[in-house]
Amino acid sequence: MKHVSRFYNFLVFAFLYSPIVVMIVYSFNGIKSRSVFEGFSLQWYKELFNDAVIMKSLYVSLVIAVLAAVISTVIGTLAAVGINSMKGFKKKMYLSVNNIPMVNPEIVTAVSMMILFVFIISKSNTMEMGFGTLLISHITFCIPYVTLEVLPKIRGMDNNIYNAALDLGCPPAKAFMKVVIPQIKPGIVTGFIMAFTLSLDDFIISYFNSGSTVQTLSVTIFSMTKKPYSPKINALSTLLFVTILVLLVTVNIKQMRADSKKKGAKK
Amino acid sequence: MANNIIDLKKISVAFDGEQILKELDLTIEDKEFLTLLGPSGCGKTTTLRIIAGFLQPDSGDVIFDGKLINGVPAHKRQVNTIFQRYALFTHLNVFENIAFGLRIQKKKEKEIKETVTEMLSLVNLKGFETRDINTLSGGQQQRVAIARALAVKPRVLLLDEPLGALDLKLRKDMQNELKNIQQRLGITFIYVTHDQEEALSMSDKIVVMNNGVIQQIGTPIDIYNEPENAFVADFIGESNIVDGIMKDDLVCEFSGATFKCLDKGFEKNEPVDVVVRPEDVDVVPFEQGMLKGKVTSVTFKGVHFEIIVDIGGFKWMIQSTDEQFVGDNIGLYIEPDAIHIMKKSEYSGLYGDFSSFSEEFDELSDVNADSEDADDE
Amino acid sequence: MNKNSKGLQRAMTAPFTVWMAIFIIIPIALVLFYAFTDANGSFTLSNILSIWEYKSTYIVSIELAFVATIICLILAYPLAYSISRMKARHQQTMVLLVMLPMWMNFLIRTYAWMTILEDTGLINTLLKSFLTLFGYEFEGFAMINTNGAIVLGMVYNFLPYMILPIYTVLTKIDKSVIEAAKDLGANGFNVFTKVLLPQSVPGIISGITMVFVPAVSTFIISKLLGGGMTYLIGDIIENYFLGNTGEVNYNVGAALSLVLMVLILISMGIMNRFDKDAETSGGGLF
Repeated sequence: MKHVSRFYNFLVFAFLYSPIVVMIVYSFNGIKSRSVFEGFSLQWYKELFNDAVIMKSLYVSLVIAVLAAVISTVIGTLAAVGINSMKGFKKKMYLSVNNIPMVNPEIVTAVSMMILFVFIISKSNTMEMGFGTLLISHITFCIPYVTLEVLPKIRGMDNNIYNAALDLGCPPAKAFMKVVIPQIKPGIVTGFIMAFTLSLDDFIISYFNSGSTVQTLSVTIFSMTKKPYSPKINALSTLLFVTILVLLVTVNIKQMRADSKKKGAKK
Repeated sequence: MANNIIDLKKISVAFDGEQILKELDLTIEDKEFLTLLGPSGCGKTTTLRIIAGFLQPDSGDVIFDGKLINGVPAHKRQVNTIFQRYALFTHLNVFENIAFGLRIQKKKEKEIKETVTEMLSLVNLKGFETRDINTLSGGQQQRVAIARALAVKPRVLLLDEPLGALDLKLRKDMQNELKNIQQRLGITFIYVTHDQEEALSMSDKIVVMNNGVIQQIGTPIDIYNEPENAFVADFIGESNIVDGIMKDDLVCEFSGATFKCLDKGFEKNEPVDVVVRPEDVDVVPFEQGMLKGKVTSVTFKGVHFEIIVDIGGFKWMIQSTDEQFVGDNIGLYIEPDAIHIMKKSEYSGLYGDFSSFSEEFDELSDVNADSEDADDE
Repeated sequence: MNKNSKGLQRAMTAPFTVWMAIFIIIPIALVLFYAFTDANGSFTLSNILSIWEYKSTYIVSIELAFVATIICLILAYPLAYSISRMKARHQQTMVLLVMLPMWMNFLIRTYAWMTILEDTGLINTLLKSFLTLFGYEFEGFAMINTNGAIVLGMVYNFLPYMILPIYTVLTKIDKSVIEAAKDLGANGFNVFTKVLLPQSVPGIISGITMVFVPAVSTFIISKLLGGGMTYLIGDIIENYFLGNTGEVNYNVGAALSLVLMVLILISMGIMNRFDKDAETSGGGLF
């Protein structure tokens, strides 16, 4: 029984990872083929870094992801504190609105915002689809994830911690910054990371809301898939995969160490 | 009135339409150890939070040291609180927790260090400065909470069931320690608890509350020996509460017999509630008893036996060092000073006899009381 | 809590309230508005009625998404179960392994399958060279640009969304519950049907939602792996808004989006019926 389940797990993971492995292998292909591998080469990596369009869109993606993550973390965290203090219908209403972008198909969220932007632009001639609309749309779909990450942390916090700070002479706003924020920091950090990666990874929202002048990396990749095959995509994917792998593994090792340290200290 | 530090005048509070405090008046003297005692939902924690400034009363005045402080926010009041679950700042170490209030006051680093060291030795936690809060035991966290509140030198310390989360042995030790600290520092302690034993052993003055109304204010001895009404008599210690009639001054009648007592000033033949503490009843041979009954249950308690005696259908509890046996017919003897007469009140007749008495029930309701307490905040 | 600080906390929702009102509520209102008006802004039902033309598109989209969801469920459950029975440390690693592909860009993952499935792609090339060895003539399978490829793409992309919620509920099932069932005489099959399955319903439901919703509304997978042979609702909506292969018409596009949204809300409502503690799946009003 154990062997059967091991074999099964292996098959599922093989399914999940085979395309990734194929991409990585072919990123080092000496020739421009999707089926034949001939000679090891780094030429596609070289071409990748020389591709101004890709580099520009990578830059745009990173800037958008950082800004969207920062702004949505601030708005989402504040909202979580407020929502936590609400009751009854009002709370339900806020949570439901927060859930809309998560429940709605992404394409509907994307086109609904696009309609709004086009509507505003048609009324005022000063604006156009571009960096601004892209950033706004990213902040919008990131906020709910931050709110939902922070909310349980606030709920789990002893309300008296805030009171204790007041009690010791801290004015309310300072008490919030000095005591509440540090207490819910893990939720805020997770929310921030989620917002950052969601924004970086997003294609659908960007596709409808970036206009023709600004492109995120995803949109660039999409346009590359429509052109003749280029192993540059493979090189790019490999680099992204390795980056993510390194990040995830370090975060996890750090967390494991912190956990075992805590356990050790308790004893 | 110079030595009254806090005056509460006609304080009323309601949450969601439910009246928590009803026109509560309370005067607290400087340097006293005052306990607010009562079951969950009686309004004791609410009273504390009004003094601390976490809650504004719907009506009524809070006067601190002769000044009206109704609108003064919590962070500007000279009172500090020890919270139920300590509410320590887990992102800071022990030193920084205690230094928190001092840093807000922008005290000099040297002074902060001195005060923190002084506080740590006061609560017997020398050498714990750099420890992480999460690595401390419950008792140690409790001590840090005390040190943190005392570091800012409050005139009044509010303690909200501070020992509730500790185990019995530790609780007893901390009771003594808290009392010592209070006497040494000479500041006012306002202590909230639902544990009557704790209240009796620590307080200078006890305020018994129920349903948002003060039932009695007095010293522990007064409260125990001279309960004002059936509620207080039942809540503090064990008691046999029976219906009686005041025949005349110093003479009363209950359970079918007439007794001498020390109470007077009642109307002739006025119906009253009579309280007799279980330890004040002596067991005597059947024929010599002022009251006579049959033993229905005997439980060994270590120090004494707890004996339930059926007297004319009403089950009395008696504590005696002599063992009795179920089924025995015994007589009971009650000294005049063991009989306490109370005027009839809304609580009369609410507390039955000991026929369904069970410690387990008591404990179960205690557990519920704790969780309800958390809700009513 | 202090009444003042309550006020402060309420004030903290202000940016959220304003932001969500402008960028979530108003856009949805605009979708409604566009769906029921014509190009001149006067009321019409023609957009909604014109959706009848796309009846078959809706049906294909739902069919493919449904098949993909079922395959995901069948593949995911045993894996989720076996992970949930591992040692805590191994569980962490396995969950990481399940999540890792999700962190790869969605387009890249789909694109990788193009490489594998193409007529001159990896599978066909390998098969061809293998069969030629034995003297067989092989034309190669037509895999890319089929509905099968679309379903494969859906399964591949969304499988982790099925594994994780099921795994989460399974870890929450107390081991002693299973032991108790066995103790009371249940065999392995009984334990599964009478204890594990009922208790993992919430996870299955959120898994189904998390797979079905993106699958039914996708337009990338059909574009890349379906080669434009099969149009899904997402493709049609995309076309009406961006006009890549036809006229731009926000009104019909909005009507299509509205119907998609309503369809999903209805199916989620039905799903939540199966979930006794619907509270866990969020908001309440929806």
